[in-house]
This record gives sequence, structure tokens and C-alpha cells, in this order.
Amino acid sequence: MTQNYKAPRLTLPVGERDHFEGPAGAPVVLVEYGDYQCPYCGAAYPIVKKVQKELGAKLRFVFRNFPLTNMHPQAQWAAETAEAAAAQGKFWEMHDYLYENQPSLGDETFFAKYEGKLKLDLPKLKREVAQHAHSARIEEDYMSGIRSGVNGTPTFFINGLRYDGYPEFGPLVSALGEAQKESGQS
Amino acid sequence: MPNTGGRRTPSILKPGSKAPDFTLKTTPDQTVSLRDFLGRPVVLAFYPSDWSPVCSDQMGLYAQVMPEFKKFNAEILGISVDGIWCHLAFAKDHKLNFPLLSDFEPKGAVSKAYGAYEASVGESGRAIFVIDRKGIIRWSMLSPDGINPGADGILSALEKL
Repeated sequence: MTQNYKAPRLTLPVGERDHFEGPAGAPVVLVEYGDYQCPYCGAAYPIVKKVQKELGAKLRFVFRNFPLTNMHPQAQWAAETAEAAAAQGKFWEMHDYLYENQPSLGDETFFAKYEGKLKLDLPKLKREVAQHAHSARIEEDYMSGIRSGVNGTPTFFINGLRYDGYPEFGPLVSALGEAQKESGQS
Repeated sequence: MPNTGGRRTPSILKPGSKAPDFTLKTTPDQTVSLRDFLGRPVVLAFYPSDWSPVCSDQMGLYAQVMPEFKKFNAEILGISVDGIWCHLAFAKDHKLNFPLLSDFEPKGAVSKAYGAYEASVGESGRAIFVIDRKGIIRWSMLSPDGINPGADGILSALEKL
């Protein structure tokens, strides 16, 4: 019922399997379920960066894949590209690159453009993407999102609880501050 | 915090109730009746309005999650008071792969039968019902208007049937 509304909680706790930035002991953990082709995720990308800068070591940020393949034909490919980069220890570099170059996702020139910027074994990455080597992990992210109440992209969870506010700097920082207070850590 | 906009909260049908049958248009010359689906689980998703941002996300999510619903052989039906041509355009634009039913005339009659009509605004509330193979409601929830409830509750309810 509306009056008893409770935001859903993450069913797959943040752990070793996850891609993260920020220290393990951070009082606040922000999890994003995102799609690399989603324009709202693209808009949230610099906001998350700014939030990370604002909170510094108080924040651990985790990104999980939630490709909306029904609407976004490049989303699965992009997620697999990020995961293939992760296999070479370059997840965040590729994550950032995908969002910063969102308009050219899937273009012929996409790989050529980043080849010089990221130190990657590109043939290996392309081979793994073509073989869907990381699709099981993406599926695990995706299913954990569905079962946790992900309702679109981006969906954020703050200390395990779905954030239903606007994905904007002020509201996010404020909600993260509240979560930090509740955690009892400063 | 969820913004309920100060609306009166409809009192939706509870689990254990028999799901009221209905016949509604899904295209200009086709209708869908609840009884057509006896023997299969049905998810009825009432929503306020085609094209609104939250409804678009909600229906788009169900289209995305369809393979999971299909594992339960469940039928998803979206229902709002929008007219049939509006539904068709909305479904096409959002690549929806399940029927949208038009509770248009008499306006909101089916929404009212399920206790899901918000008379103050003339729209359905964001109410979801999971109905079992025999036509009994097994799970229902009313989400605040501004909140897309996601698919987790529906999947958990289908698992428990």
C-alpha cells in the first residue's frame, strides 16, 4: 500500500565480484545499475563523478550492468566491452570512455578512437566481445537488478536501499549524507 | 521520499479476491477478456497515463523483462484510461511486446472494479495484480504515482503461485 511504501533493497550485496571506486570501509556505498547507451545514464555520468569528488573517501561507488536491450541495440555490446576491458584491469577506464563517447557507440571508428588512449590488448578484447565471454557476468548483474527492484536506468542504491529521488547532484549528495549519518560513521 | 501528491489513496482489491472479469479493446477491432487467460497466470498493471515518464519506464521495463515473465507462462496486460490509438502509438514508440488495454468507455470502469481508480484525477492508480490460473488475485500492490515499482514484486509473486 502507498502509505506503507518501502523502497526495495539490493538482493545481491556488494562484494568482491563488483567493480568499485573508493575505499572498502567507506560509510556510504552507492551502487548504480546502468546501461551504456541510455541517455539518462549518460546524463548521470558526470553527476556521479562530481558526487565522488564531493564525498571523497567517504564513498564507495559500484557500477553494475543493466543493458536495456529492448530499446538500445548497442547496450549489450557496450557492457561486454566494459567487462572485457575489466578482464585486463581497465574497467573504469573503459566505463568512462563509453560514457564520454556515448554518441559514437557502435560506430566503425569507435575502437580506433580509443586505441591510443587506453592501453589495452585490443584483439583480445574484440575476441572476447565477439565470443560473449563476459555475458554470464552481465546476466548476473542484470538479474540481480531485476530482483532488487531496478526500475529503469540509471537506478541507484544507497547502502543497499533503492534511491527514488532525482539523479542529480544536490539530491544525491543529500541522500548520501543522510545515509552516512544513519551508518553512524563520519 | 516518494511524492504521493496528496492524492486520495484508492483501496485496491486484496489477495484472495476473485479477479473481476472484463472485456476491453486492445486494438480498434480486437478485444481481450480476462477469462481468455484462465489456466495461465496474469499480471494486470494499471497505470496512470501513456507517455508519462514513469509509466514509460514501467512499461518499457516489463517489455525488457518479458523473458522472465514468460518463464512462468504469465500474460502481462497494461491498463489505462487512454484511448486505443494513443495506446497503439505508445506501444510502438516504446517497443512494447504485450497488450495495452483501453479502460476508456465507460471511463475507468475496470479500474474502479479493482479499486484502482483515482477519481480526483480521472486516471488509474499505479496498481499491480498477479492473478493465478483460476482467476484469483494472489498479490497486489499500489505504488506511489511517482514511483515505478520495478518487476521484483511481480516475479516473487509469480514464483509463489
